[in-house]
Amino acid sequence: MYDAGKVILGIVVFLALVTFPLWYNLAGEVSVAAPELEKAEGSQCVQDAEWMRGHHMDLLDDWRDEVVRDGERYFVGPDGQRMEKSLSNTCLSCHVNKDKFCDRCHNYMSVDPYCWDCHVIPKEVM
Amino acid sequence: MLEKALVGDKKYWVWVISLMTVIGVAALFYFKQYNEGLGVTGLGRDVTWGFYIAQLTFLVGVAASAVMVVLPYYLHDYKAFAKITILGEFVAISAVTMCIAFVMVDIGQPFRALNMLLHPSPKSMLFWDTIALNGYLVLNVIISHVTLGAERQGMAPPKWIKPVIILSIPWAVSIHTVTAFLYAGLGARPFWMTAVLAPRFLASAFAAGPALLILFCLILRKVTKFDVGREPVQTLAKIVTYAMAINIFLILMEVFTAVYSGIPEHLEHFKFMYLGLEGNSTMAPWMWVSSILAVLSLIMLLNPKVRRKESLLVVACIAVFMSLWIDKGLALIVTGFVPSVLGAVPTYVPTVTELMISLGIYALGLLMVTVLYKIALSVRGQWVTKRIIETQRSPVKAGN
Amino acid sequence: MGLDRRKFFKVSGLTALGLAGGSVSKVFSGEDSLGTVAPVRPEGPLTAQRWAMVIDLRKCHEQADCNDCVTACHTTHNVPKWENPKDEVKWIWKESFEHAFHDQEHPFQQESLKHLPALVLCNHCDNPPCVRVCPTGATWKREKDGIVMMDWHRCIGCRYCVVACPYGSRSFNWRDPRPKIQKIEPDFPTRSRGVVEKCTFCEERLARGMLPACVEACKYGAMHFGDLEDPHSNVRELLSERYTIRRKPGLGTNPEVYYIV
Repeated sequence: MYDAGKVILGIVVFLALVTFPLWYNLAGEVSVAAPELEKAEGSQCVQDAEWMRGHHMDLLDDWRDEVVRDGERYFVGPDGQRMEKSLSNTCLSCHVNKDKFCDRCHNYMSVDPYCWDCHVIPKEVM
Repeated sequence: MLEKALVGDKKYWVWVISLMTVIGVAALFYFKQYNEGLGVTGLGRDVTWGFYIAQLTFLVGVAASAVMVVLPYYLHDYKAFAKITILGEFVAISAVTMCIAFVMVDIGQPFRALNMLLHPSPKSMLFWDTIALNGYLVLNVIISHVTLGAERQGMAPPKWIKPVIILSIPWAVSIHTVTAFLYAGLGARPFWMTAVLAPRFLASAFAAGPALLILFCLILRKVTKFDVGREPVQTLAKIVTYAMAINIFLILMEVFTAVYSGIPEHLEHFKFMYLGLEGNSTMAPWMWVSSILAVLSLIMLLNPKVRRKESLLVVACIAVFMSLWIDKGLALIVTGFVPSVLGAVPTYVPTVTELMISLGIYALGLLMVTVLYKIALSVRGQWVTKRIIETQRSPVKAGN
Repeated sequence: MGLDRRKFFKVSGLTALGLAGGSVSKVFSGEDSLGTVAPVRPEGPLTAQRWAMVIDLRKCHEQADCNDCVTACHTTHNVPKWENPKDEVKWIWKESFEHAFHDQEHPFQQESLKHLPALVLCNHCDNPPCVRVCPTGATWKREKDGIVMMDWHRCIGCRYCVVACPYGSRSFNWRDPRPKIQKIEPDFPTRSRGVVEKCTFCEERLARGMLPACVEACKYGAMHFGDLEDPHSNVRELLSERYTIRRKPGLGTNPEVYYIV
């Protein structure tokens, strides 16, 4: 093999770089405990909590398209109640503290949804 | 083959690193634009498209012009262009990349750009322009990669590439036609609503593109061992001459229609462009420079004696390129917005941020041309700078 | 499992909505909308086959200082207020007659018309050029009532629609609008920078049974809103009785905002 030394050194440097986050976290003892989310005020969510945890973003995407594009603004909740498909008005009416519910988990998962660039947090503007 | 771009002498690296520095600085300006919004440009409510989209329009022409070397070589077996078809294709690849970059910096939500493919809208000319430009890019990458690869192996290119090359010819025409259709189908903008817009785009493209290719060939002759020879340059010069003549003819058609009919919504745009409107004469000096350069260059090019003298041909080519850049890369888009749909006469001047970002994209294009030309000439063993030849004082064997 | 559940949810939700919404739509849309003048209803949406507006510029001119409709619209929809005219965002505003009706003015026009402002907004064209040029379907004409809609989630900010609109009715968010909104209205989203916005005939209010904010705010009865397909609607009656004009009719866009001059 030509330049065996250089090639092996290169591989070592490469491996060190790509595994850096692992080493860094091991050394830094980053907390991995799931964040504690604030309990919602209402009695029942539109779906069960486990499903919502994994799929609320899909649900919101569906709502978004149904409301904006098809003009279907209402859905019937699990208890037969007719509700508005609205992030600001329906979701946040139970999950009153966005920072203690949405943000906590989003920060933990390191995701940065842009919902709030436009959608208003009712508490903040009141 | 890319590895050939990674070895070079000091001059090569100084040039490459300077271009990269410009790109880096431009990236900082783009960062600012991305964070603050397009409000940092000179664009606004009335002039909604400006410098970026104008560069897109101009560069689509440069990209399309590769067809002027591909067509004679592949369809008419014009051997003199054998050495330069690859140079034309590489200019096309770089120019289309710049076009895509100019679209990306112009849109307000660049991360959503893929929505154009997720929600295809065949009624929108922008959708077709996206298809045309990206398709042209892919075609040229395939063609140049395959033909250059074959040349490197000392073999004839595979048979299947011929139909791809033939396809690239109408495709080149289509990219500039569809780009003209972006503008020519809008009832709101009478300045662009003219059937000669697409033909005019093609004529100016086939003048500016080959003029640029002549300049590149002559630069390569100066700094490398690659000598394109006299004939291809002279043939390109004839192409530039005819295309420029047709372009000027079409512009005069436009002026006649607007001026003779006297319909204000057509005429006012021309008034703004050449004379100034309601005290706004931001475009007039540029357009006079453009017109003078156009006439001068045509007079020079029409004279065979001038055309044959390469030192004068260079001047004519620079004049053609500058004239058409002002016409398409500056005036054509902005003038469509002055006066506005409400009859206001807005003033648009690009900001430093806008110009720096554009400069960065041009540097990116030049970097691509440099690297691609380096690869092409290295494959042919002709990328050796004059300095080395002189010190070695002996014919250099095909290097690398 | 999760996906199946989601699908089930979607289907059941839609079915339930169909059952629940059926009665509502039967009462308030389609069949019975013929023969009525669009009223404000406490429950259920306002519907029409083709929404249209008639603006009585004469009444408007009598109240030259009145700006109620503009204020109502812009506060309802969180429209920012920029000082620099180049950054301006507006859904409805006053434009001089010579600008609004560029091709219909002449130098000797009545003084009352010449300089007095005309209200302009999105014309909700029947043949909208902005919709034709949009590369993503972020703006489209709603089949059921002709409203030209905007999807701010999908808009990529190419501004082709702004270029194609012959009326200057579309605004682009050149900067983040939030800091320039005096008081954020919690019922309506703001926009992010980099998207285009415009009047939507208050489709969100119609869905709640309310007239457009501008129409509701007008104290002088200068703005009329109704169903163009209904021969007895308020707008049809006005159109058949009064001389009305539209902006740039020669372009074939078929604006659905009519002006009494």
